[in-house]
Amino acid sequence: MAHLSEENLVRARRLAEIYPKSRSALIPLCHLAQAQDGYLSEEAMEDIAELCGVSPAEVYGTASFYDMLHTEPVGRYVVAVCTNIACMLNGAYEVLEHAESSLGIGVGQTTDDGLFTIEDAECLAGCDLAPCVQVNHRFFGPLDAAGFDGLVADLRSGALADIVPAHGVLSRVDRSNGLEVDPVGDVAR
Amino acid sequence: MITNAAPIVTRRLGYDDSHTRERYLATGGYDGLRKALTLQPEQVAEEVNKASLLGRGGAGFPAGRKWSMLRKASIAYLVVNGDESEPATFKDHLLVERDPHQIIEGTIIAAYAIGATKAFIFCRGEFALGFERLIQACNEAYEHGALGPRIFDSEFSLDLVIHPGAGAYICGEETALIESLEGKRGFPRIKPPSFPAVMGLYGEPTVVNNIETVSNLPWIVENGGEAFAALGEGSSTGTRLFALSGRVNRPGWYELEMSKTTFRDLIFDPSLGGGVRGGGDVKAFIPGGVSAPWFGPDQLDLGLDQDAVGKAGSMLGSGSIVVMDDTTCVVRAAWRITRFFRRESCGQCTPCREGSGWLEKILQRIEQGYGREEDLDLLMDVCDNISPGVSWPPQQTTICVLGPSIPSSIASGIRMFRDEFLAHITGGGCPMGSH
Amino acid sequence: MTDIRARSSEAAEEMISITVDGTPIKAHPGELIIAAAEREGVFVPRFCYHPRMEPVGMCRMCLVEVSGPRGFSLQPACFLKVADGLEVLTNSDKARKAQEGVLEFLLVNHPLDCPVCDKGGECPLQDQALSHGPGESRFVEEKRHWAKPIEIGHFVELDRERCIQCARCTRFADEIAGDAEIDMSARGDLIEISPFPTKPFNSYFSGNTIQICPVGALTAAPYRFKARPWDLEQVESTCTTCSVGCRHVAQSSAGKLVRFLGIDSDPVNQSWLCDKGRFSFETLYGEHRVTQPMLRKGDALVEVRWHEALAAATTALRDAQAADAASIAVVGGARFSNEDAYAWAKLAKSVLGTDSVDAQLGDGLPAETVLGLPRATIDEACSARVVILLGPDLREELPVLFLRLRAAALANATKLVEISPVETSLSSLAEVRLSYVPGESRLLAEGLVGDSEQAEAEGDALEDLRRARALIGDGSDVVVVLGRPSLAESGETIASSAAALHAGLPGARFLSALRRANVHGALDMGLAPGVAPGRVALASASEELTREWGELPLSAGRDATHILQSAAAGDIAVLVLLGADPLSDFPDRSLAKAALERVPFVLSLATNLDASSSGATVVLPVTADGERSGTTTNLEGRVSRLAAKVATPGVVWAPWIVATEIGARLGAPLGAATLESLTDEISRVAPAYAGVDAALLGDADRRDGVVVPFDKSLVASLPRPIDPIATPGITSVFEQGAPIRVGTGEPVGGQSQEFEVPNATPATALVMSSAVVVAPRLDAYSQRLVLGRSLYDEGTLVETSPSMQGLASSPTLRVHPSELAKLGVTSGDKVRVRSASGSVEIATTADESIDRHVVASRFTQDVAGECDLAALIEASLLATDVRLETI
Ligand SMILES: Cc1cc2nc3c(=O)[nH]c(=O)nc-3n(C[C@H](O)[C@H](O)[C@H](O)COP(=O)(O)O)c2cc1C
Ligand code: SF4
Ligand code: FES
Repeated sequence: MAHLSEENLVRARRLAEIYPKSRSALIPLCHLAQAQDGYLSEEAMEDIAELCGVSPAEVYGTASFYDMLHTEPVGRYVVAVCTNIACMLNGAYEVLEHAESSLGIGVGQTTDDGLFTIEDAECLAGCDLAPCVQVNHRFFGPLDAAGFDGLVADLRSGALADIVPAHGVLSRVDRSNGLEVDPVGDVAR
Repeated sequence: MITNAAPIVTRRLGYDDSHTRERYLATGGYDGLRKALTLQPEQVAEEVNKASLLGRGGAGFPAGRKWSMLRKASIAYLVVNGDESEPATFKDHLLVERDPHQIIEGTIIAAYAIGATKAFIFCRGEFALGFERLIQACNEAYEHGALGPRIFDSEFSLDLVIHPGAGAYICGEETALIESLEGKRGFPRIKPPSFPAVMGLYGEPTVVNNIETVSNLPWIVENGGEAFAALGEGSSTGTRLFALSGRVNRPGWYELEMSKTTFRDLIFDPSLGGGVRGGGDVKAFIPGGVSAPWFGPDQLDLGLDQDAVGKAGSMLGSGSIVVMDDTTCVVRAAWRITRFFRRESCGQCTPCREGSGWLEKILQRIEQGYGREEDLDLLMDVCDNISPGVSWPPQQTTICVLGPSIPSSIASGIRMFRDEFLAHITGGGCPMGSH
Repeated sequence: MTDIRARSSEAAEEMISITVDGTPIKAHPGELIIAAAEREGVFVPRFCYHPRMEPVGMCRMCLVEVSGPRGFSLQPACFLKVADGLEVLTNSDKARKAQEGVLEFLLVNHPLDCPVCDKGGECPLQDQALSHGPGESRFVEEKRHWAKPIEIGHFVELDRERCIQCARCTRFADEIAGDAEIDMSARGDLIEISPFPTKPFNSYFSGNTIQICPVGALTAAPYRFKARPWDLEQVESTCTTCSVGCRHVAQSSAGKLVRFLGIDSDPVNQSWLCDKGRFSFETLYGEHRVTQPMLRKGDALVEVRWHEALAAATTALRDAQAADAASIAVVGGARFSNEDAYAWAKLAKSVLGTDSVDAQLGDGLPAETVLGLPRATIDEACSARVVILLGPDLREELPVLFLRLRAAALANATKLVEISPVETSLSSLAEVRLSYVPGESRLLAEGLVGDSEQAEAEGDALEDLRRARALIGDGSDVVVVLGRPSLAESGETIASSAAALHAGLPGARFLSALRRANVHGALDMGLAPGVAPGRVALASASEELTREWGELPLSAGRDATHILQSAAAGDIAVLVLLGADPLSDFPDRSLAKAALERVPFVLSLATNLDASSSGATVVLPVTADGERSGTTTNLEGRVSRLAAKVATPGVVWAPWIVATEIGARLGAPLGAATLESLTDEISRVAPAYAGVDAALLGDADRRDGVVVPFDKSLVASLPRPIDPIATPGITSVFEQGAPIRVGTGEPVGGQSQEFEVPNATPATALVMSSAVVVAPRLDAYSQRLVLGRSLYDEGTLVETSPSMQGLASSPTLRVHPSELAKLGVTSGDKVRVRSASGSVEIATTADESIDRHVVASRFTQDVAGECDLAALIEASLLATDVRLETI
């Protein structure tokens, strides 16, 4: 095993241990690898396969089921514009079109400077903020074209560094406890 | 924001720091758990039975009944469903970010009542901040002695895992969620035989409860099931967190006593929805998430009551209400909802996988002015092949109910707005102008 | 042969009643609705369901109405099990509409490229669209588009546009093969079948996914665009790539074999084939195929007519016989049919007068061991209480036996105890693995079954031994799978271990794991020293045999190792190679070379010009699989039929005809004019084959073959009907007019006949040696070599099949990391390996699973190559001790 950093390997092994079966850690481990690299690299998937006791093809097949896991590199900021019903009724497609034209890329594409990737997202559960946008899974809204430009400017200037961590980072807090209870007859690993 | 009863699950949200341990403990946090631990598990379950707490995840099944169906075995799991992805639903998002300790406390109480040996909270991955706060709260709960061995020096021990989702609506469906929690693709399982209570996580008996459902438990234990049941009416007891969105002036969450408020009040009351955005009329509204058939202005005076909405041909579902006004193109609305189901179908069942895409394409064609008159019958027949009879409650040709949710908006949309669909076809596009 | 008919009638008492479309039927408890209905002739359409895999109920094609507490509802017939009183409507308006709906949905994104699709004409989607579809599609929009096709593995190409997401392929790879090298990726209508981006789908069993794909999404690279189903002809035959003897259908187009498909033979391969067997027909058309007799003139082999070649051979044989019959030796025959082997055994022993005959090449076990031990069938092994594995890595040598045992172990139908010097593909499924140092397996066997534990065992090894002893208990219902764990240790040590197991566990039965296709048939026919046909000693040959054979050799013959040793010493005048290539296959390469250099006259019957035949004096071209008829006997003793599908190229003869011709020229006609008369002669003279004549084997109900000795008191299970949706290619060809001809003769009628069979009791069972054979202790500076075969090697089959060429991996030496560290080298570095007989340089791989006293690699047939590990083996030693040196 080579790809995950020393530190992340420690985290990874702990993750694999807190579940009754290590395969359950597959998705948390994908998030971990994505937090390290910004996306899910092939090398990382091979590490995860070993940690979870499955084949690399199964890691790839599983990861690709989920929208948040990217098996190709993405921008530093993944900007997800929700266009589902509540946002659409409040102008989401206009925001999305503005995002595309102002960043000069289409949905699923990344700007040449590697900063932004745009996604056309399904409902993000931010309908009270409609039209709402997530950047690396942090919420912003309601947004119009001007608001979107302001958001992009803040991201570029680093003004949002405290709120928006690098792509792939979900929690900046680690679990501090291992599992301590040993329930009788727990499912064998 | 709260009208007729004191809030339960949002009682702490007036504070900016409602998510912190300090605030939680200062506002009676973990008192419910302490009390629960002085009771027998069956007594706790009995309080929840008395409360007749309906599940808040969408299906509205009584929590107490669900617990009593758990297969007796030496291992049992509790899985708390925080995958909240039903469009227009954002109540669990709120609870995760603003009161994570309450979820954890509710989870521990539920685990105690059912005798779970391990608990999991499945948190939607896109709730990154909420997930972080849940992890933090979980760490704190261990430090506080509320989790781990011998909780609060009782005989009860429990470990809790906060598990992140990774972006797939279908993982809100309880058996898909279990698959996902097992590290697999989120393919729902076939029921029977895979009822979670019988063969759930790792094949063991499992209870799946929604985040809002368990968030009610500390209050119910503290105040008694009867106090909860005294709120609301009939089978719709207690308060419920409603998410209002769409064409309204004050979109947001409102915790309301069940049954007592009408949709009209919710949308128009100045302390609630504050009326239609732009001042127009309500053309249609969705009473419980996009899986639910639409209602028209005629149903505005129905109460927010599970049975009443069910009888009227739809569902209160996830408690999210979307308002469409007279600027809304219903074909486009139906198309967007169908597109959602197409993108979120897990892809196992042919009718759901292929039917959703086909319906989306037909709707898109109609919306863009390339519809044919026979398309309306075709839409209905394709719907019929996904959900025979296109009736409510739906029948299905699929494994899970995502499939039969697809026809909801199309069938109710055509039923209520056939003329508007036809106008798109005969007029070569949207009569309200291009989008 | 298990008594399945008898069992199912017993079970009839426990059967439950359901109604299907109003008709009451009986069903087995726990049976799926789809299977119960089908048995009664009601076909429910399906795609994802495959009778050999766990149902998933995904495609929804099999929706039927089923009664329940709240009335009828649509349920997948492939997933729901029967329950007493259940009512099923497969053809109601509602069920039909649901089925038509699903079919229309499937066609929404399915391209209409049937005219250019390999599956067109044998496609379950096409067929069921006609039988259960709505007739026309109302879909007018643009379909989904993907680049097509993409190569996902060595043999497999994927057209994603045609895929209907039934997951048969991914489930096969994971569930059946245990190689989850492909999985579904993405979600919803974007689902595709994907290998890992950097790891192709090269499972040994990948071809099965092509066979079970219900559309043209997965196609075989070697078959693409080769034929249309309606141009195919087919016969049912037996695969002769290894000794499992999988039943298959051989299909040809324009006189050329183009495809093998696995038949669902319940007792044998249950519809699966390995890729080597599936694509083995390519060897018929390789560039080294021999199609004309050849005679050495000077340095060159020159093509000649048969009479010239035969004259040269006969002269050499006659001269040698006149001098000393014992100077004639015959090696090989393990790839021939039973009739070929029998004719050659008869020629050698009764005409040429030599008993120095051996079907094996020093890579098997003594004939007395194989023939003398009580036997078990594959089914019996798969349901035995305990299976003891003492043999090769089955996945590498007997792939479908590996699948069967893997499935049995996973289903907990049996428990595995493995005795092996290195881990194998079944180790992870074994309850206990007992590791031994090559040459010392006898000690372990004694420890396992003796009165006392092995004296020296301690620690974990002792713990494991105790667990194994407890599992094995008194040995009842135990099956030992017996073969050669390594070619670098002598078969005698393994035979000795088998003797110990047999003595200690008198109730245990044995399933031979020798690899070469018809090695068991050849031994049964007498192609071994001291052995007469029918598993009896030559010395106790029956009257029947002496009547047919006449005089028998007086002096006991030599086995292959001793033949080669005599040859190297100059004592062999004529060496006959029956489709054998000792230069490549005999473990002791130096001995084989020395022998072949020294023998003045080598007569080789060959399909391909291999290392040994290239140096022969006379090469006679013989038939290959697909061109020949006859019978073959698999590792469990199942006799089944071989069928010729295509004409032979050039002037190729069957080996039995060659024997007959030579006999005639020597003035001793063998007396059999037809193949069938040989089959019948075998059934008369070979006690174990009593009653198994051409008529019995020709019976349509015997398509799964007959296990010998044939016990007529057992009722055979009927062969499974061929399932058009599970194995599409077979039935469609059948329906288009080419019958599934079975076996040798003309199509046979479908009626079962009564056979009069004499009771078969072998005259004198062969007596195996009970000697203790253990290699000398390993010295402190050496390690012991383990060489096992791998499926893809440098052998003739792989080398002459275009799509298999190059699949053999380059060998590395697997060494425990600490041993590498001692040497100061790291994994990947080359080392020199030195044994008593030679040295080679080879790259290393660190491997924690390898015992410190052992180094392991794969057996190579790279005769002229740089890294020929066989050069390290010395046949006269019981084990191969090596020392590693840095370079
Ligand atoms: C397609 C689909 C999506 C669902 N999504 C959610 C969800 O996001 N959150 C949730 O709690 N329940 C969801 N459910 C319902 C769950 O299957 C389950 O009924 C619920 O979590 C049980 O909790 P409760 O009894 O507390 O309501 C969904 C169901 C379906 C069919
Ligand atoms: S109905 Fe749709 S989402 Fe549900 S299991 Fe079937 S394909 Fe998946
Ligand atoms: S769902 Fe039964 S055959 Fe596919």
